[in-house]
Amino acid sequence: MKKKTKWWLCLAPMYIFTLLFILGPIIYMFVVSFATNNSSGYGFTWTFTLENFARMLDPVYVDCFVQSFKLAFSTTILVILIGYPFGYFMAKLSAKGKKIMMFLIMVPFWTSSLLRLYGWIIILQAKGLFNTILMKIGIIDEPLKILYSYPAVLIGMVYALLPFMILAVYSSVEKMDWALVEAARDLGASPFRAFLTVTLKMTLPGLLSGVILTFIPSMGLFFIADILGGNTIVLVGSLIQDQMNRGSNWPFAAALAVILTILTSIMIFLYRKITHVKDLEGIV
Amino acid sequence: MKEMMKNTNPVILELKNITKSFDNTQVLKGISLSVRAGEFITLLGSSGCGKTTTLRIIAGLELPDSGEVVIDGESMGQKAPEKRNVNTVFQNYALFPHMNVFDNIAYGLKIKHVSKNEIKERVTNMLSLVQLEGFEKRMPSEMSGGQKQRVAIARALINNPKVLLLDEPLGALDLQLRRQMQHELKKLQKKLGITFIYITHDQEEAINMSDKIVVMRDGIFEQAGSPSEIYDYPKTSFVAQFVGSANILKGYVTEVGDTYAVLTGEYGTMACKKEDYNIQEGMELVMAVRSENISIWREPKSPYYIQGIISEKSFVGGMLRIVVTLNDGTQVVVSRQGINFDYENGERVCLEWEPEKAVFVDMEGQHEKED
Repeated sequence: MKKKTKWWLCLAPMYIFTLLFILGPIIYMFVVSFATNNSSGYGFTWTFTLENFARMLDPVYVDCFVQSFKLAFSTTILVILIGYPFGYFMAKLSAKGKKIMMFLIMVPFWTSSLLRLYGWIIILQAKGLFNTILMKIGIIDEPLKILYSYPAVLIGMVYALLPFMILAVYSSVEKMDWALVEAARDLGASPFRAFLTVTLKMTLPGLLSGVILTFIPSMGLFFIADILGGNTIVLVGSLIQDQMNRGSNWPFAAALAVILTILTSIMIFLYRKITHVKDLEGIV
Repeated sequence: MKEMMKNTNPVILELKNITKSFDNTQVLKGISLSVRAGEFITLLGSSGCGKTTTLRIIAGLELPDSGEVVIDGESMGQKAPEKRNVNTVFQNYALFPHMNVFDNIAYGLKIKHVSKNEIKERVTNMLSLVQLEGFEKRMPSEMSGGQKQRVAIARALINNPKVLLLDEPLGALDLQLRRQMQHELKKLQKKLGITFIYITHDQEEAINMSDKIVVMRDGIFEQAGSPSEIYDYPKTSFVAQFVGSANILKGYVTEVGDTYAVLTGEYGTMACKKEDYNIQEGMELVMAVRSENISIWREPKSPYYIQGIISEKSFVGGMLRIVVTLNDGTQVVVSRQGINFDYENGERVCLEWEPEKAVFVDMEGQHEKED
């Protein structure tokens, strides 16, 4: 018996760390969301109120949520469309090819993500690389105004989150038993049909984790919208950050964060429900 | 008995001089085969002999470098596997883990857009054929090896293939289940009349099940024939040893009779039936004789015998297995029915056999009349 009680002691630091630094702040955030902001400016008092939540019904804030979800959806879909085929074909490369690809994917992580975003400004600005090339080829006469617009934010989001999808898909395609695809072909399925009915379903867990790794961060990557979007797009993430710093309204920031967390959780829950393998059988 | 029911059905599958290389290694070195409808053909060989590659080429999962696959009179060329009317039972079953038994078996029919009712009926029939009634909703992960095997067979058979390809289908099963499945598979094949191309490295399995055995070695077909032809008339020392592990003996021809020839070696004289081989005195030849056809004596009973020393006795599978070491170190295995044997290890003995029980091997090109 004594032996049994000892092993988890080794894990105790991890649990304590998790409780202290992850669960703790979440509870704190939840509690603060019901506190009252000092009208005079900095700080808040521990007086219970639902004011912070009621305030969110203001169309300005509702629109902010809608914008955020729209961007997160578009980002996720683009990331799937680029990331899935990328991860798929990467998993089919030779051992050497895989190593090189993995290296190329990891290299950008050695530089600060903020610096890389400034790189995108240089590429996308009016006299930047992108416009120069398009004008040289003769596709456009006037430089496109991409920077500080929705497309620029989208490009930045996709750029930042793509590696997670690629790696998630890659790891699940790598584990794929290709004899199953051969079996499907042998039973009369075209390559595309075999992909839909076997490969896609077998790699769904990878795709699913890729989507979660894309969707959740894309709700909160406010600095991408700030840097590449100028003031054109205000996302919930930016709003929260704004309320924390400039607005000095912690309770409202906390309430926004609580709602964002709840909505995101619902999204993930629904997503898992519909992509559950059993419920997709109609494809066959 | 099998030979009496000579199969006169039309040829359903033909392989014409097929070659295939992977990374500069030639896996198939020009193999040809003709299979009649309803035949049970076994490709027998050890691992790496190219038997799986042969099967994959028939299925269309690999394309030959040269040569031709003809199924039911139609040349396959570059045809994709889904366009060929053959189905495969894969070595590790390759059942779709995300589908239950019903969906696994129904897969081929769903692809062909067969109506729901017909699918249900045909799957139910298949399940009863492989004795898995009531397993529709089971997932592959919840089944034993033998059950998965049956699902794999049902999944392939439901498409009514012209030829069913089976890649060591019983390889992962334990011995008892293997025996039972051998019997069931053979019964199933007879009942359905579908052509089976069966791969195994197990000679007993091949002999028990097949109408015709093709012994493969290093990418070529060493010998093809009925199980009794392969067993009684092995053409090469490889076939003789691989199928039923015969004893291989060498010597120079010292006497040529009407029906037999005699070899003389370091260990004695050996008679062997001559068949239609063109044999001259002085030739160095190789012969094969099976362990159960050799008798042991203290004193020679006939003019032709070899001598050696008993080095090992063991009782295996209802037979007494005696190893006799000849004076050049060659070991000859003799097997006898029953356990009574009053010879001691180290005793010097004579080994004899009827000349018609021994065959010359590795005689390619030595026939009197070339055919």
